[in-house]
Amino acid sequence: MVCKHEHLLDVQNLSVSFKMYDRGLVQKELKVISDLSVSVDRGEILAVVGSSGSGKSLLAHAIMGILPENAAIQGAMKYQGEDMTPEYQEKLRGRQIALVPQSVTYLDPLMRVEKQVLGAGKDAKKKIPALKGIFNRLELDESVGKQYPYQLSGGMARRVLVSTAVIGDAELVIADEPTPGMQTGQAIEALRIFRELADEGKGVLLITHDIDLALNFADKIAVFYAGTTLELASSGDFLSGEESLRHPYSKALWRAMPQNGFEPLDGFQPFSGSLPSGCLFSPRCSMCEKQCRQKIPEMRELRGGFVRCFHAT
Amino acid sequence: MNELTVQNSSVFHGKRINRRTKTVILIILISAIIASALLAGVLISDEAVAADFTNAKQKPSFEHLFGTDWLGRDLFARTMKGLSISIVVGVVASLISAVIAVLVGIAAATGSKTLDGFINWLIDLVMGVPHLVLIILISFACGRGLKGLLAGIAITHWTSLARLIRAEVLQLRSEQYIAVSRKLGKSNGWILINHILPHMIPQFVVGLVLMFPHAILHEASISFLGYGLPPEQPAIGIILSESMKYLSSGMWWLAFFPGLTLVIIVILFDRLGDNLKMLIDPYSAQE
Amino acid sequence: MIVKRITNVFFRYALRVITLLFAVSVIGFTLVSLSPVDPVQQYVLSVGSVSPEQRAELEDYWGLNDPPVERFENCLSAILHGDFGTSLLYRRPVIDVIREKFANTFALMLCAWVFSGVIGFILGCVMGANRDRAADKILKRICLLLCSVPTFWLGLLLLLLFSVWLGWFPIGFSSPIGVMNSDVTIWQQIHHLILPALTLSLLSFANVALHTRQKLIDVLESDYVLFAKARGESKRQIMKRHGYRNIIMPALTLQFASFAELFGGSVLAENVFSYPGLGSAVSAAGLNSDVPLLLGITLFSALFVFTGNMIANLLYGAIDPQIKESYANE
Repeated sequence: MVCKHEHLLDVQNLSVSFKMYDRGLVQKELKVISDLSVSVDRGEILAVVGSSGSGKSLLAHAIMGILPENAAIQGAMKYQGEDMTPEYQEKLRGRQIALVPQSVTYLDPLMRVEKQVLGAGKDAKKKIPALKGIFNRLELDESVGKQYPYQLSGGMARRVLVSTAVIGDAELVIADEPTPGMQTGQAIEALRIFRELADEGKGVLLITHDIDLALNFADKIAVFYAGTTLELASSGDFLSGEESLRHPYSKALWRAMPQNGFEPLDGFQPFSGSLPSGCLFSPRCSMCEKQCRQKIPEMRELRGGFVRCFHAT
Repeated sequence: MNELTVQNSSVFHGKRINRRTKTVILIILISAIIASALLAGVLISDEAVAADFTNAKQKPSFEHLFGTDWLGRDLFARTMKGLSISIVVGVVASLISAVIAVLVGIAAATGSKTLDGFINWLIDLVMGVPHLVLIILISFACGRGLKGLLAGIAITHWTSLARLIRAEVLQLRSEQYIAVSRKLGKSNGWILINHILPHMIPQFVVGLVLMFPHAILHEASISFLGYGLPPEQPAIGIILSESMKYLSSGMWWLAFFPGLTLVIIVILFDRLGDNLKMLIDPYSAQE
Repeated sequence: MIVKRITNVFFRYALRVITLLFAVSVIGFTLVSLSPVDPVQQYVLSVGSVSPEQRAELEDYWGLNDPPVERFENCLSAILHGDFGTSLLYRRPVIDVIREKFANTFALMLCAWVFSGVIGFILGCVMGANRDRAADKILKRICLLLCSVPTFWLGLLLLLLFSVWLGWFPIGFSSPIGVMNSDVTIWQQIHHLILPALTLSLLSFANVALHTRQKLIDVLESDYVLFAKARGESKRQIMKRHGYRNIIMPALTLQFASFAELFGGSVLAENVFSYPGLGSAVSAAGLNSDVPLLLGITLFSALFVFTGNMIANLLYGAIDPQIKESYANE
């Protein structure tokens, strides 16, 4: 662990589990994120890609330190090399780290949009010129500021949410599904803003299910499946084709992209309540062998990326 | 981490056992109080509560737990007698009211739209007149006494349970198995008796238990105002109402103990109702 | 647009209120006709000796020999003309009695209403913000306890404590005995108002507090508060920016919807403290078979409750986003 390279954000072996009340009041531990490792550097966008409902939002909430009380966290999270204790997280929130949440419900229904984007604090008013600039870039009419959240369309709401993160001087932006509902042009504009932030030396963690869009703006892609990362690859690997990818699931994802044949993968992602005992992808994997069913493979380095598979070469 | 989980879950288990034990303890306590009050109602002869001027105006002591009143009557005996009357009135009135609630609720949920609208209007009507005023009016109509008391309390207490039952039946009606029964050619009556009514039993019981403290409070209030039972039958409200004349002479126990007894009974029933609700439906009844 | 919407809601509600009030009068009338108590007999008792002829005249005058429906029609048309009849107990037109007594009751209820609303709201906020901590648990216990205490018993205890033992307040009557009504100072009136108002508020604040607590907990668990937290807002900022704003209207709505409990409570509080308001009047009317007054107050109390409900409904509409739109676009 001798200072080889200090990441802006470094998440190692993160697990998040919930205590749930099952039927008949039996308590149950629900592991939603297991053994996940990602890191974000200054100047780069890391896209965490996975299908909906796979616990990606919780990753964002875990980093921000805003998980509900019945959640238990394991593992190590570091920001600029410093352990993210709850106190440190509280200091970072809204200042160093900004979150773009994923739906309009994250806006106060009884407060005008403008006031919400500007945020709390004494210097909120000083940000008004910045707000105008951002609204302009995101094609939000100035009158939107005077509206209430319920009056916004889905796409408008997302753009407002994006603007909340951009208006501050956060070093790290965590964007949780920022694009759905936006028109293609607007989505591209939003991602272009993130790209610019990264180019200015900030870090962006982009959580999305839209692999296609992510590829064009992100530097690295973390493939997220059933609460963990199966592969970490550069965007280039995805762009150059199936052979450059390492994990069978990543390859399947690649084949499922419209321009690559639109070939869907059979089966479903396992629910967090009923995870397989071995490799999380084993039930759907064509290369699955005995050891895959018994043991979860470790993340290992391979061809400049990382993969969680016994067979990947 | 694992340890932590195990620990936590045992805490939770403890809580659950706790709830059941609590409920059982509550039931035992309540039964004991009710039994002793009812026994007192029967056993305590009129002589025990008869006037005894040599013992008048005594403060609470071991001999007279709650003290004695201006006529030398033992207040504890009187309170227990009064409690037995209050409990009987409360139980009967809430039973009638709960039955009305179930009937009206089911009728609203299964009947025509007009009927549903009418029942809704009726509920607005009953809620629109302050209960105490309505009970006074009904009491007056029945010529005061027990009958008016029961009718008044029964007529004013069914509304919220009826709404609950209505919502429950509406939800049940949309369940798949009811649709299947219908497809199988079962009649509406058959479905009602075999599928809907059994589901209403827990609601009925919880509703009844939760209605009881309200009924008893209203009973006490209305007898305090001088309606309801005649003064010879010492309902708690009447004991308290009589005590008012003697408060200025410092006989605080006359008001304190009978009221406290009433409050304890009300709290016990309230807790029991809440506990039962939690046991039946832990999700919706989270505190 | 908002005006149109509100008038719309208002008219629909007004129509409902009219049908309900009509029903209340029909039911009230039916109930008192069912009563075995003979109003003429009561009247005769209160007046003294009356000859059989006079008695028959009275019966005729009150229309007791007419069929019930006709009597009801007469009664209703009189009410529509603003004539509620004459109170047997007070020997004055019912409407005057109600007007005078309601002024007293209104003062009492207003104090209790404001006090319980403010205290309940503040306590609810304290409980909600400190959920499951000691303060919350203790306050919640107290609120639940107060819900189980009969109004009149609490009144008796307060009377014992403050009037009998401490001697701070008089025992009963809204003006000192032996002083002419016109000589009563406002201070004396307030003096007599405090205990009943306190009794009444102590019993209704618990409801507001528990309701506000739950609402605040819901708000604090919402996505938007989570996001506010993610943006680095402190607990205080969150309460200020999102907390109060989202719970004040529901609390206010609840306060307006609780007029029925308020009225019921005032009946008891007034009786304990011999406070000369509508509550004392209605129980006296029932006990003394003062039918016109009993019916008059019943109708009046229903109107009072419906008014509260209507305000609650309108307020509820005002927090409805559809209506808020026109606010936002102004």
